[in-house]
Amino acid sequence: MTEPLIFELSSPGRKAYSLPALDVPEVPLTELIPEPYLRKTPAQLPELSEPDVVRHFTHLSKLNYSIDSGFYPLGSCTMKYNPKINEVAVSQPGWKDIHPLQAQSTVQGALRLMVELQELLAAISGMDAFTLQPAAGAHGELTGLFIIQAYHRARGEMRDQIIAPNSSHGTNPASAAMIGAQLVTVGTDERGRVNIEELRSLVNERTAALMLTNPSTLGLFEEDVVEMADIVHRAGGLMYYDGANMNAIMGVARPGDMGFDVVHLNLHKTFTTPHGGGGPGAGPVGVKQFLAGYLPVPVPTRRDGVYILDADRPESIGKVRSFYGNFGMLVRAFTYIRRMGSDGLGQVSRDAVLAANYVRARLNDLYPQAYPGTNMHEVVLSGRGLREHGVRTLDLAKRLMDYGFHSPTVYFPLIVDEALMIEPTETENKDTLDAFVDAMRAIAAEAEVNPEVVTSAPHSAPVGRLDEARAARKPNLRWRPGGDQEPAQVPPAGEEKPLGV
Amino acid sequence: MSYLPHTPEERDEMLRAIGVESVDDLFSNVPEGLRSGPLPIPQGISEMEVLRLLQSLASENLNLDTHPGFLGGGAYHHYIPAAVGAITGRSEFYTSYTPYQAEVSQGTLQAMYEYQTMVAELTGLDISNASLYDAATAITEACTIAINQTRRERVAVLGGLNPEYRKVIETYMHAQDFEVLDIPETWTLDPADLEAALDDTIAGVIVQSPNFWGALERMPQLTDAAHAHGALVIVVGNPLSYALLTPPGEYSADVAVGCGQPFGIPLSYGGPYLGIMATRAGLERRLPGRIAGETVDNTGKRGFVLTLQAREQHIRREKATSNICTNHQLMALAATVYLSLMGKQGIRDLANQCVQRAHYAAGRLVEIPGFSLAFEAPFFNEFTLRAPVPAAEVNRFLLSRGIVGGVDLGTVSGDMGDCLLLAFTEMNSRQQIDDLVTTLHQLQPQTAAEFVAGATGGAS
Repeated sequence: MTEPLIFELSSPGRKAYSLPALDVPEVPLTELIPEPYLRKTPAQLPELSEPDVVRHFTHLSKLNYSIDSGFYPLGSCTMKYNPKINEVAVSQPGWKDIHPLQAQSTVQGALRLMVELQELLAAISGMDAFTLQPAAGAHGELTGLFIIQAYHRARGEMRDQIIAPNSSHGTNPASAAMIGAQLVTVGTDERGRVNIEELRSLVNERTAALMLTNPSTLGLFEEDVVEMADIVHRAGGLMYYDGANMNAIMGVARPGDMGFDVVHLNLHKTFTTPHGGGGPGAGPVGVKQFLAGYLPVPVPTRRDGVYILDADRPESIGKVRSFYGNFGMLVRAFTYIRRMGSDGLGQVSRDAVLAANYVRARLNDLYPQAYPGTNMHEVVLSGRGLREHGVRTLDLAKRLMDYGFHSPTVYFPLIVDEALMIEPTETENKDTLDAFVDAMRAIAAEAEVNPEVVTSAPHSAPVGRLDEARAARKPNLRWRPGGDQEPAQVPPAGEEKPLGV
Repeated sequence: MSYLPHTPEERDEMLRAIGVESVDDLFSNVPEGLRSGPLPIPQGISEMEVLRLLQSLASENLNLDTHPGFLGGGAYHHYIPAAVGAITGRSEFYTSYTPYQAEVSQGTLQAMYEYQTMVAELTGLDISNASLYDAATAITEACTIAINQTRRERVAVLGGLNPEYRKVIETYMHAQDFEVLDIPETWTLDPADLEAALDDTIAGVIVQSPNFWGALERMPQLTDAAHAHGALVIVVGNPLSYALLTPPGEYSADVAVGCGQPFGIPLSYGGPYLGIMATRAGLERRLPGRIAGETVDNTGKRGFVLTLQAREQHIRREKATSNICTNHQLMALAATVYLSLMGKQGIRDLANQCVQRAHYAAGRLVEIPGFSLAFEAPFFNEFTLRAPVPAAEVNRFLLSRGIVGGVDLGTVSGDMGDCLLLAFTEMNSRQQIDDLVTTLHQLQPQTAAEFVAGATGGAS
């Protein structure tokens, strides 16, 4: 089941567009814009009718797995149900058709929504002030690190090391590199927690911050977080909270009470804005009061009963993107938070943790938990038991497709052999969890008696196993008439790469 | 609760399977001292109530669906064909994740590949990535490409760059102690002045055309001047303009970046938009973010995967080309559907409508006593108008007549208080333009003075 490229469906002269009549007198283009400024040959965009275009993209959509079609237990990604009301709420002309440079007096509703969302996120996370500008989690991390760097610089300290656990998301070290910092990796102890003695030995006058995910990417609560914060703070560093796993602890514990100074939240994880096949997301950043002056400008705020964009903040790190944030995602997250409220969000985390522990309890005889014990909203198991049959975790991931499930995150965290990171979320019912468990168990049985059926999977997906090495060796990154190949030669990526986070 | 499926009986069954008595037991690893108790936010409300709340808040905004407007400056009010929303509203697209498991993500991956092809076609360059957040962050990523490619640590920025973008460059470059050289210009830059301003320490030159004020720069000559010093040329532009104007690839620019918002993406108070980035061949391994590539499956059938992933953070961590992970795929999909609907001819017809309407408006506006065009350079859909009174007053006067004016350039540059940046699209009918002109005729200096005297200030 494949679909031709839209360019292959094109036929010269077909049209899918309609424009209003040009009701101003038309002047030859070259009289308005001199010829040297004009394009010589038209861009080769496809030519189709509207039904052709709609059918093409509808066909493509059917080749996708999605939350609305099934269980999507990608660890660290929080693939929960995205309520439909979010999409209806955001489709009002009063949200969609407002220009970012309109007079502030004409967008009071938008500014009020942003101010109230800042307050809600601050209450949920235990922080004092928020910026809604960052467009995604990684962008939030970078914004947070800009703030931390500005704080140290303002104190005349040149702190250039960022500490992150070896279980951390790849974005943590990558964000650190983008402020020119040196990454220092802290190890994991035998309980799957940050090795606190090692941390003690790593902090010094160069420590800018510790970036920590809690619960960690191993799905475990860092019980010593307060002590870690103490170690880092005593050394003069700050504590950064990667909010990817916030779905575990709403109404239970707040990063702001754990000693974190800077926090980012992923609205597209915890707060149900859709993932969109890879964005747009939103990664608001919260800080403690002593850092509030560094937040990016402008800051939506309320003053004398009027909502304004406050740009007069001399300590600010500046802007991290154009305008004010992924506003459409802010409207959706606001809708969800108001809909769920205090009790609802608390129940979300309780059910998310219940589901992940249930999956663990039903699977860890065949797929041992990387670090045994009660987990939070996700559980990291290992597929290493399949290896003796010549079956790898990647094969398991592909075979799950034949059972109608999306794979968990695989090969991440990097420190777990044949990692399988499962995050069921609170929105999946017990029947679905049971069916997934049954499929995982069935595949383990297949691996013993008929490993080929696993290693050659998927068998019922729209395409068979795809050759990623070939794609990287001979990159073909765009269509050309006649199918010319790109000339570039690039070495292939490694086989065991994290897929999910 | 609507989204939470478990019945009390099911919760009990699950707890028994786990071997604990209560859900509280599952949180035993959270130290008592950290327990926060219920969240200090309001209790939940029904779907009906939440919709009413959102409708009520939305109604406090004046929207361009009901009011004529002439704002541009990086975001443009275009018509969005119904078919765009019909496709992006399909939950197979909007509720899927980044397509790491390619075999069940062919829809997103093929759409990415089609998007990359369309962006390459429009910009005239070789390779596009799958999307970035917005134009501003795309420029910072382009700066990183230039810095790494040339091993130089300074970038040069022409004065005509959108000030929103300029500020973001400052934040990013300052953090890494890279220097930004500002090259001032008066509406457009003489290539000889660029040549003189540069030296061989500049990694990249960032030029916007049409620039922030609307003027078209002499891009081939500016490109040659930058290349003469070994700098990469990073072109910022409204991608719709490339339907008619010389695209960056035709004059050998190295990187093209821009905002894809005009391609089927609502204004939505500034986001989410679409960061476009394309480069010439040879820079693909420095590109940030996702890229889709063609390959085959185990039966030889064509398929698509994320490729060149050895650049990315989930593989390379601190050695990645960027930290970007989640990007703006759904916006890229909207642009892909939009460009498919407009097609080869439609995109040109649309761009021509913008050009014609802007030039008609310019011709009518300068007939009003005291108003004039700020520059003589050619322009596309946007230009700067000089007014006989402060632009802020013009805007307030227009708003009092139900018209959303232009961008008051006094808010970004102290010496441009009498300048108004006006943008025109297919949404601005002749009637709207004529109404704008008629209204401004009424803003004679005397009227303006009275109006200003009567105005109470407030948020501008």
